[in-house]
Amino acid sequence: MTSPVIHIHNLHKTYVVSERESGILAAVQSLFHRHTKKIAAVDGISFDLAPGEVVGFLGPNGAGKTTTLKMLSGLLHPTEGEVSVLGHVPWKREKLFLRQIALVMGQRNQLIWDIPALDSFELNRAIYRIPTEDYRRLLAELTELLELESVLRKPVRNLSLGERMKCEIAAALLHRPGVVFLDEPTIGLDVTMQRRIRTFIAEYNRRFGATILLTSHYMADVEALCKRVVVIHHGRLLFDGDLAELVQKFTPYKTIAVQLGDCQFDLRSYGDVVSCTDGQFTLRVPKAETARVTERLLADLPVIDLLVEDPPIEEVIERVFAQETA
Amino acid sequence: MKALTELYAQQFKTTFAMMLQYRAALAIWMIGHVLEPLIYLVVWSTAASSRGGSVGDYSTREFAAYFLTMMLVNHVTYTWIMWEFEYRIRHGSLSAALLRPVHPIHSDIADNVSSKLITLPFMIIIAAGLALLFHPNLSPSPWVFLAAIPVLLLAFAIRFLFEWTLAQAAFWTTRVSAINQIYFVLVLFLSGQIAPLSLFPRSVQIAAEWLPFRWMIGFPVELLLGRIAPVQAMTGVGVQVAWVILGLILLKAVWRRGVRTYSAVGA
Repeated sequence: MTSPVIHIHNLHKTYVVSERESGILAAVQSLFHRHTKKIAAVDGISFDLAPGEVVGFLGPNGAGKTTTLKMLSGLLHPTEGEVSVLGHVPWKREKLFLRQIALVMGQRNQLIWDIPALDSFELNRAIYRIPTEDYRRLLAELTELLELESVLRKPVRNLSLGERMKCEIAAALLHRPGVVFLDEPTIGLDVTMQRRIRTFIAEYNRRFGATILLTSHYMADVEALCKRVVVIHHGRLLFDGDLAELVQKFTPYKTIAVQLGDCQFDLRSYGDVVSCTDGQFTLRVPKAETARVTERLLADLPVIDLLVEDPPIEEVIERVFAQETA
Repeated sequence: MKALTELYAQQFKTTFAMMLQYRAALAIWMIGHVLEPLIYLVVWSTAASSRGGSVGDYSTREFAAYFLTMMLVNHVTYTWIMWEFEYRIRHGSLSAALLRPVHPIHSDIADNVSSKLITLPFMIIIAAGLALLFHPNLSPSPWVFLAAIPVLLLAFAIRFLFEWTLAQAAFWTTRVSAINQIYFVLVLFLSGQIAPLSLFPRSVQIAAEWLPFRWMIGFPVELLLGRIAPVQAMTGVGVQVAWVILGLILLKAVWRRGVRTYSAVGA
């Protein structure tokens, strides 16, 4: 067993926030006495990542994912617990450590707004001391993989969200980090762009053996990239294991949306009827029976349209959480 | 060392490109830098004429020399970092900077220097034009120009280091504009911006000697006007060096604590 690239043990992060009631009286009172409240954003999580692993880091909004990523990349100081990445303590922000990692946040930009992305790339070459040869080669590869040719020379402010995201990712990977933290890399992007970025992440991992920890609200991202997932909720670890196992274990159902044009039909014999609006039924069916039920629906009823879906990731997590507290 | 040279070369290229994008902003800063001393110049010249040609040890034409020189010195030494730091913290660009394996101060130095290289020729032309209008009494000896180079560089270094340090107040408070206001008032009076320091009461002059502000603006101006003897100039450079060292120490200490606070409360 190789030693882990990322090691987290009993990690805590507590924020102290001040709060007060609304109104003038409360405002005056808060001048003299501030009420503070401690909020545990991360509340004792532990997991390791082996070299070259791509792990999905899941949880609803406010679960503590971003806080954890920030502790892993050295932006936040943990309140308690151990973190080590590539043998470094992240918050010390040693240069050698910073040169080996990248944190890409979906909505933050490290590219300089008013000038072409290529200029920001050149600056990164100097900042990370990338040898010119390596830089040229990698830039050519990234340009090809992410199809950047036509966007590199335009000012960043004129790029679309998707084009900008591709440039952000390229900028973050020019120094070929061995550890990459991706926080919602596909948020707000259209399906084609999501797929391209997904393919690219897989390719980067394959080619450079990079260890990748990725958060996403898109189940498709996680399914395409991650064999293993770590699920947290309210700062606590709820699940750590194979994605297949998670889905099997916590969502033994599929959803079938079937458009019949009318809500008069009785579909109770096919599965659990969740709802019916404007003639569209939503059925919940045990996974193993999906194919059989679909077949029956199509054979028995005047189906206009039919769609089989996995429950959304939030629902999976909700189930994991429900299971945990039950 | 080679890596740092390379970094600066690239930083300059980048910030040059940026500054050329910000032409309008630079022009507005420049207008401000021309108008402010111009107003003082007109006020003091008028005061001098109405009092028989001089106020204190400054004649009308010496006021013109003082404020036109000050225009250039102020332009060479100013920074806008105190307005920008809070924005960086609020909008997360500081986080991006902290993830890079170089200190964020390097990009600020490059920004400042390149913006000045772009605007300085225009400022010199404007000052020369105003000189035709106001007939400044300016005839410095050649050694002054030589001495002015290190003195101006040191003046910029002091102002940059102190303003960079003060800007970090944004790590602890959201009301940095109040701090900025106090600072700018102190600079206005104690650096020689609003009037030559020799026109102030003795107590203010002593205070100015012992505070950093005069060494950012007033001292280089007086040197260029030929009002400072060579020995005084040498001592002055010594004082400037001392302020630079103190500024560096302060900046490092505040930065270390600031980043610690930042990473404790949520980057």
